[in-house]
Amino acid sequence: MSQIFTASADTRLRTVLLAIFFALIAGGLFAGGYMDSSYATLVGWVQNQPVPFSHEHHVGGLGIDCRYCHTTVETSKHAGLPATHICMTCHSQLWTGAPMLAPVRESLASGKPIAWQRVARLPDYVYFDHAIHIARGVPCVSCHGRVDKMPLMARAVALQMQFCLGCHRNPAAALHPPDQVTRMDWSDWNKHPETHKLYGQLMVKTYGIEPAKLDDCNICHR
Amino acid sequence: MTRASALPLSLWLPLCLAGCTGEMSQQPRYDSYEPSALFADGKSLQAPPEGTIARDDPDQTRALATRPPMTLALLERGRERFGIYCTPCHDEAGYGRGTVPARGFPSPPSFHTKRLRQAPASHFVDVITKGHGVMYSYADRVDASDRWAIAAYIRALQLSQNAPLAAAPADERSKLAGRAP
Ligand code: HEC
Ligand code: HEC
Ligand code: HEC
Ligand code: HEC
Ligand code: HEC
Ligand code: HEC
Repeated sequence: MSQIFTASADTRLRTVLLAIFFALIAGGLFAGGYMDSSYATLVGWVQNQPVPFSHEHHVGGLGIDCRYCHTTVETSKHAGLPATHICMTCHSQLWTGAPMLAPVRESLASGKPIAWQRVARLPDYVYFDHAIHIARGVPCVSCHGRVDKMPLMARAVALQMQFCLGCHRNPAAALHPPDQVTRMDWSDWNKHPETHKLYGQLMVKTYGIEPAKLDDCNICHR
Repeated sequence: MTRASALPLSLWLPLCLAGCTGEMSQQPRYDSYEPSALFADGKSLQAPPEGTIARDDPDQTRALATRPPMTLALLERGRERFGIYCTPCHDEAGYGRGTVPARGFPSPPSFHTKRLRQAPASHFVDVITKGHGVMYSYADRVDASDRWAIAAYIRALQLSQNAPLAAAPADERSKLAGRAP
């Protein structure tokens, strides 16, 4: 009876197994790297908006508070995107002929909302609520970054689970006075870590926050 | 299950990961603002029909009709709301020199005129509710009790710019005595 396998078959089998092994590792590394890359987390990418609305101009330049436009951020799960007539409280008189604002005027005339491309989004299986974070004094800047320096809106932090958990496990450091949540520049606050550490700890107690429970799966996956 | 049959089965598990994509991230329900093919105007967030009365409308009407008692909490609420919705045009002190008029929006009148000092608080509530000339109504964003809070704060602003010397505490008065006109 003749041999089924040649003499080199064993070596070839080993090489193929080794190749599969490395391919799996490389695949794992690639997937891991991909998950954290800005391509997957969308950090820093801007969307193609129907109107090139600039937060830098309106927030940084004019000093308009977030809540002038994102009206429901204190009271509901959603911050809300501004209705067209909110733009018109100013643009009924300002830049009235600008072609850049044509979609806004069209939207007002037709009643069809402006189709903004969303920037900050979570998958549907995650539950998020703005109101509780605002009531506890977690400033916008900790999740949305320096919005006042964004000519076009881009995601500032990766909205991954580890980001939420990082804070939920140690909320004291994130708490600020609730009446200043929309403030963007906290550099003077951060200059005094000792005093403000105490503030955080005190507020955790005052609000009755239990960090041990804040990372329960069913807080965010319900 | 024996070990021998578990091994080939577990090799299939990674393939199941391929199923962990769309279904859960984009569930078959509408989020706020999501477009919808079900309605002619393409919105999932439908506007209520003409003439709808919201459940809290009677409360709002009542709150609008009765002026709440003046308290520190009311003033503080008023200061915050004034800062959000009014300062872009009327500025922090109420002179009407905000950042938006500086870019070409018609200048609002100063609150520190005889006419507006004598106007009743309900006038400010009315202006917020209905708008005034080129100023739009803020009724959609400032609810009834907040309108009274803003009116109260405007009163405080007016006093701050037009207080008689006698209203200041004694030590302040002596400090100012040298400079007072
Ligand atoms: C409180 C007043 C106010 C509101 C509300 C407002 N804008 Fe503006 N906007 C301005 C002013 C003032 C300028 C001009 C800035 C300048 O001249 O430097 C401007 C400029 C712009 C420009 C020109 C490009 C730029 O950034 O300079 C665009 C586009 C624009 N606004 C879009 C919008 C849209 C869309 C909305 C509604 C979501 C809106 N604005 C709401 C005051 C406002
Ligand atoms: C003059 C109105 C206006 C003001 C003031 C304003 N925004 Fe916005 N914001 C918008 C509009 C319009 C959009 C949608 C277009 C875009 O994404 O740029 C938006 C989008 C956003 C988004 C992205 C939402 C998404 O998922 O697409 C975030 C986050 C945001 N704003 C945060 C803020 C914060 C924080 C502030 C205050 C520091 C602020 N905004 C002040 C009008 C405003
Ligand atoms: C704890 C983190 C966190 C804070 C603090 C926070 N946001 Fe958000 N924001 C998010 C997340 C996460 C989303 C995406 C929500 C989703 O897709 O369900 C979001 C979405 C938004 C949107 C898009 C529209 C919407 O309603 O979903 C706007 C606008 C916005 N935020 C504005 C603000 C403003 C203004 C503040 C401060 C007053 C603020 N956010 C504070 C995390 C935060
Ligand atoms: C910078 C800090 C911080 C970050 C980041 C943060 N949170 Fe929170 N979160 C808090 C605090 C503080 C509370 C209030 C806890 C309390 O009062 O019991 C809270 C509460 C919540 C609650 C309500 C819990 C309840 O009992 O109803 C949900 C849901 C939630 N967070 C989801 C998220 C999600 C999802 C993310 C990530 C996108 C996130 N949070 C990111 C600080 C944070
Ligand atoms: C503070 C909020 C929060 C808590 C608590 C939380 N998650 Fe998540 N989880 C998230 C967010 C946000 C995402 C979406 C991540 C993304 O889009 O990349 C997520 C995604 C996931 C995913 C999908 C895979 C992934 O990472 O993208 C799984 C599985 C998951 N969570 C399991 C859990 C389990 C198990 C627990 C309890 C131990 C838990 N989560 C607790 C916020 C939370
Ligand atoms: C977009 C700029 C703008 C904003 C924001 C704004 N106003 Fe005005 N306001 C004006 C202008 C312009 C006038 C003058 C209107 C006219 O005479 O045509 C005015 C007039 C007024 C008057 C005077 C009415 C009279 O009898 O002469 C009052 C009172 C007033 N505003 C209150 C407010 C309050 C309270 C807020 C905040 C909720 C506010 N405004 C926000 C621009 C603004």
